[in-house]
Amino acid sequence: MSARVRLWVFLVGAAGFAVLFAVACFGLPAFGTGHHPYGVRAVHASLSHHTANVIASVNFDLRAFDTLGEETIFFSAVLGTVVLLRRARDERRKDPEPAVVHPRVRRFALLMLPPALLVGLYVIAHGQISPGGGFQGGVVAATALHLLYIAADYRALERARPLTLYEIGEAAGEVTYVITGLAAVLAGSAFLANVLPFGTFATLSSGGTVPVLNAAVGLEVASGVVVLLARFLDQAVEIEEPGEDDGSPRGAGDGGDNGDDERERA
Amino acid sequence: MTVLPYLVAGWIFLIGVYGLVTSRNLIHAVGCLAVTQSSTYVLLLAVGYRNGGTAPVFADAPTDSRVVDPVVQALALTDIVVGATVTALLLALVVQLRKRHGTVDPDALSELKG
Repeated sequence: MSARVRLWVFLVGAAGFAVLFAVACFGLPAFGTGHHPYGVRAVHASLSHHTANVIASVNFDLRAFDTLGEETIFFSAVLGTVVLLRRARDERRKDPEPAVVHPRVRRFALLMLPPALLVGLYVIAHGQISPGGGFQGGVVAATALHLLYIAADYRALERARPLTLYEIGEAAGEVTYVITGLAAVLAGSAFLANVLPFGTFATLSSGGTVPVLNAAVGLEVASGVVVLLARFLDQAVEIEEPGEDDGSPRGAGDGGDNGDDERERA
Repeated sequence: MTVLPYLVAGWIFLIGVYGLVTSRNLIHAVGCLAVTQSSTYVLLLAVGYRNGGTAPVFADAPTDSRVVDPVVQALALTDIVVGATVTALLLALVVQLRKRHGTVDPDALSELKG
């Protein structure tokens, strides 16, 4: 399909979509109205379980099983990226050169590293009280660690980042979630039901299993993002392609023969 | 004009798909997919908005205060996490494609290789 035909197919489809979507929009309840039956029930369920952050309650109490699925998508995507970006047989690993960092950049990054890490952990720990939670805090904590890459160089980051430990941490987060669910079954309730005492409203211990599941997700996301970024950084900094020296694009490796054939035919 | 936020979501969706259709670079295509997906965030948040509502977090607010719909916000969070991981996976695929085939132009990748 040529680019022109493709564009026309898109334009026809887009026009159809635009009309149907616009008609559907005019059939929706008006923007900003007060009628939210699910929202009202979710707020009621959250308050009855002493969870101040209703979104955390929806994710880790009402929809805890769905969040397990979501966590598993995250886990599988990190696993898939690790498999896709592993070092191939014909690639060499070279030590990255230490880079020169401007002193001001270095000072600023090193100064910001502890507060950024602390904010990440704070957001995870207070997921059931204030906005935030395991997913958001995990990303903040993981990216805070990478300030080290900006402040010093890749080797400093690698020393502070034993990758195996983070891979284990990611799996541990996933397992903790399942175990918390199974513990509820052992306690004589449904899988992932909230069986712990609900605690005092708006304190760290409130919400029953919500903070536990929240921490499990925080551990998994923080570790997973570190592993994910490590694989991409490896590709950029450490792994050297065999065809890089002569600057030729690489059809080499296993597909090398086919590439030559094509060139001859052309 | 109370339907405008919904229509904006549809517009973002179409712009993203337009980028995907006309893209000559897979990195650009992954970016367009992210734009397409962000239309669902706008739609979800627009559906959940309530005039004069505050965030559905009762740590500071009184428990009878008017809040926006927390259910769609939780769905948007799911959406963001799935979107970010899919983006990471697709970018990893693009890195390997570039290495194996020497190009990131989807039109140049029409031939299958064994």
